[in-house]
Amino acid sequence: MFRFLARAVLSRSLAEPPPPVLEEDVQALARRVTEVARDRLGRGLTIRAVDAGSCNGCELEIHALNNVYNDLERFGLHFTASPRHADVLLVTGPVTVNMREALERTWTATPDPKWVVAVGACGLDGGVFRGGTGVVGGIDAVIPVDLHIPGCPPSPTRLLQGLLALLEVVKA
Amino acid sequence: MPDQPSRLIAFLARHGRCQPQHRPWPRYQLEREDWVLLGHSLASNADWLLIGLWAEGGPPVARVHMALFDEEGGLPAIASLECPESSFPSVGWARPGAIRLERTIRDLHGLTPLDPVDDRPWLIHDPALPYRFLPVEGYNLHHIPVGPVHAGIIEPGHFRFTCAGETVVRLEERLGYVHKGIEQLLCGASLEQAARIVGRVSGDSAVAYALAFARAVEAATQTEAPPRAHHIRALMAELERIANHLGDIGAICNDAAFAFMHARCGELREDVLRTAEACFGHRLMMDCVVPGGVAADITEDKAARVSALVAKLHLQTKRLAKVYDQEASLQDRTVGTGALSSRLAHRFAAGGFIGRASSRTFDARVQPGYAPYDQMEFGVPMLTEGDVNARVLLRFHEIESSLSLIERLIASLPAGPVLCPLTATGAPTGAPTGNEEREGVALVEGFRGDVLVWLRLAADGKTVRRCHPRDPSWFQWPLLEAAINGNIVPDFPLCNKSFNCSYAGHDL
Repeated sequence: MFRFLARAVLSRSLAEPPPPVLEEDVQALARRVTEVARDRLGRGLTIRAVDAGSCNGCELEIHALNNVYNDLERFGLHFTASPRHADVLLVTGPVTVNMREALERTWTATPDPKWVVAVGACGLDGGVFRGGTGVVGGIDAVIPVDLHIPGCPPSPTRLLQGLLALLEVVKA
Repeated sequence: MPDQPSRLIAFLARHGRCQPQHRPWPRYQLEREDWVLLGHSLASNADWLLIGLWAEGGPPVARVHMALFDEEGGLPAIASLECPESSFPSVGWARPGAIRLERTIRDLHGLTPLDPVDDRPWLIHDPALPYRFLPVEGYNLHHIPVGPVHAGIIEPGHFRFTCAGETVVRLEERLGYVHKGIEQLLCGASLEQAARIVGRVSGDSAVAYALAFARAVEAATQTEAPPRAHHIRALMAELERIANHLGDIGAICNDAAFAFMHARCGELREDVLRTAEACFGHRLMMDCVVPGGVAADITEDKAARVSALVAKLHLQTKRLAKVYDQEASLQDRTVGTGALSSRLAHRFAAGGFIGRASSRTFDARVQPGYAPYDQMEFGVPMLTEGDVNARVLLRFHEIESSLSLIERLIASLPAGPVLCPLTATGAPTGAPTGNEEREGVALVEGFRGDVLVWLRLAADGKTVRRCHPRDPSWFQWPLLEAAINGNIVPDFPLCNKSFNCSYAGHDL
């Protein structure tokens, strides 16, 4: 254990430089951010992840945001357990009929100003599950969406780009 | 076919009519009284395991199928029953693993199990009817309802704990929150569409599901994938197993506040996913296994990249296993926690690391077995304690075993094509004659346990009439309720992570 730690202390950090922010993400977000929101948010964003019906592929990649390579927290972004502490809802999956109410209640519990980031192909329009008897549709069929991050599932890098764009717009 | 039919198959052959269009296991059509007799035989034959129960159609033309496996040997088999009266005799009393499956059949197909153990709905949540949780009585008990939206980045489900102080006296699960209607979407889908959907039943088992689907299609169309494809499929399946086990070990330790392991396992897991992307074009290897073979070949430099990864993982996981073994404070949380008896694991036919940590040696790669594993020697680790510690240790052992398999798979990679066309529908050898529907089934060992895919193809061999993917979690979720009993609430995350059942795979 201690040898392991000593080796870690002596070697360089595994965290990689952040990916460039995409202009399209910034454009999508810019219209939603007001001066008031900027003042309230300060330097960081707190994220609440909600699975509204995904296959759990997106969850695996969201988890990967916290690994040593991506190290999400160095950007002032971190995940929280309660929607009451969240600025951002990171929502995955097609919204299922059985999750609709839970998603609406989570959204209502999140204080303003808040942003909703829909993740993955399913988050846009239901993806491969569109038309399923248990599927309502994409995230915006239930709550308003500010940014959509495409992919099936989106890579952690792509997720990071979207979240950094959000941070950039909020800070600007 | 096996050398001699097992007692199970002999029983089904005596009481039912064999359906020749079904491959590779036999399927027997039973009459109603024989189905009832089968239920009683299950009660008296503990080694006849129920590994699937599903229905097709809806009233008035409907059918239920039961997949069974005789532990003494031989192929699994399927028993079927026509349900013209929209009902079927329940077998939940003999095989408790069937109870939730029967509730699902009633929800999705409108077929009523007769004399069921539990008559509540399961996957379909009706907002107008409040769910009836099981009644609890006792002095000073309190409820802790959790979910469907959980605190972490995990899937939704509802857990209702009844506690006496810190001790859990009962956990009741309520699932179905991510029910999407996958089986209905698969009815009438083309093979390409269906492969994409089945590959996403549970994202963490994308390779296992795609493989089970591909093998079932190949069985139905009597196609044999090229040898090189079998090797590449196994390579992907083992990488998936390693990636998930690493993620699980890290997450279990993190729930005991040992973040060090989480960070290190996260690094290794990311290494596996990046190698997968470099070699196969997708981090989770989705859509890489297709009916007839694999979507892309692996070049020599890519194989070298996998070998380099294996070398790193060999060294690092050995070191991590040592760290895990030496931390008394960590062991204090995992040893003896969430113990699952081998009797229950066996009764529910729980597969994967959950079964193998509780003395059940079952591994679909060995029995019924499939290519290329049938040509390879490999150990299936087994432990007897059944606690969280055993499930962690078992994952370390399985990583080691998978790494050794990958090394040998790369070393013995056969030359040749990686994809072959599915056999044309015109008169395959033996029955059927070519105009009939074809049925196929496959059992594949995913990281979590045995994934079953059963399907019926239209006569053209290109359209799915009915497809049923059965996740190993069906027989593991109920055991979590048993394993947590008598443990304290703060140990639930450890138990839950060490089980790591799939919500998406179960809810369909």
